[in-house]
Amino acid sequence: MEQLTTIGLNHYLTISAFLLGFGLFAVMTRKNAIVVLMGVELILNAANINFLAFSKYNGGMEGVMFALFIIVIAAAEAAIALAIVINIFKLYKSVDVSSIDSMKE
Amino acid sequence: MSNQTYTVIFYLFAAITVCSAAFVVFTRNVIYSAFSLLFTFFGVAALYVFLSADFIAVTQVVVYVGGILVLLLFGVMFTNSIMQAPKKSEVLHIIPGTLLLAGITGALLYTFYTTHGWMPSETTLQGSIVERIGFETMSRYVLPFEMVSILLLAALIGAAFLARFDKPGK
Repeated sequence: MEQLTTIGLNHYLTISAFLLGFGLFAVMTRKNAIVVLMGVELILNAANINFLAFSKYNGGMEGVMFALFIIVIAAAEAAIALAIVINIFKLYKSVDVSSIDSMKE
Repeated sequence: MSNQTYTVIFYLFAAITVCSAAFVVFTRNVIYSAFSLLFTFFGVAALYVFLSADFIAVTQVVVYVGGILVLLLFGVMFTNSIMQAPKKSEVLHIIPGTLLLAGITGALLYTFYTTHGWMPSETTLQGSIVERIGFETMSRYVLPFEMVSILLLAALIGAAFLARFDKPGK
């Protein structure tokens, strides 16, 4: 009971494990490229929670700075990936990742 | 704030985060996924406040909710006709995917809960860390900071270049 009521490192790690699992599930099972991207965002958020949790209970600033850089990289990744998805949609008229199987028209 | 209130609010935000993340993954409607992702991002931002990373929480709201989520919604609207019935997203590999979900999450949780070596440091982060982030950015992390700014600029120019519409008649 005491472990449930005092919030510690394990609580944050549990949430991040669930987010990672759901993100992997989305990347693996969904056909829509945009939902796959949402799964990738979930995985990045899970990593961020881990970084910040370890940073808090360690007392250092390394995890915080790393989380900041991860957010920047995630923004760049989302912009590029959506540009690619829109190009794929213009070419194939669908964003179904399992039907895109040729490298050239 | 008493310890009990703190715990209750933590569990509330944890439940919001995990349930809306599950809804993102398990609903078939892409638009529902995108809006559910909003709640996940807000829940994660609240957890960052609990982790005394207030600056990261605000950045999370501004960048994820204000930027990435809007981009994702643009993508959804671009690639699905709104006039038609909402497009369902098909699933494949449902059994390996479920096995992966259960396996990865279970293995991580088993590792976390059977590791008894988590000893919190004497000097955990307390209060606001905005000032420390400023010092770190301009001292130890100044080179990664500049590199990441150039990377972001290049990525955004590249994205605008990739997604442009070809002018007819060229």
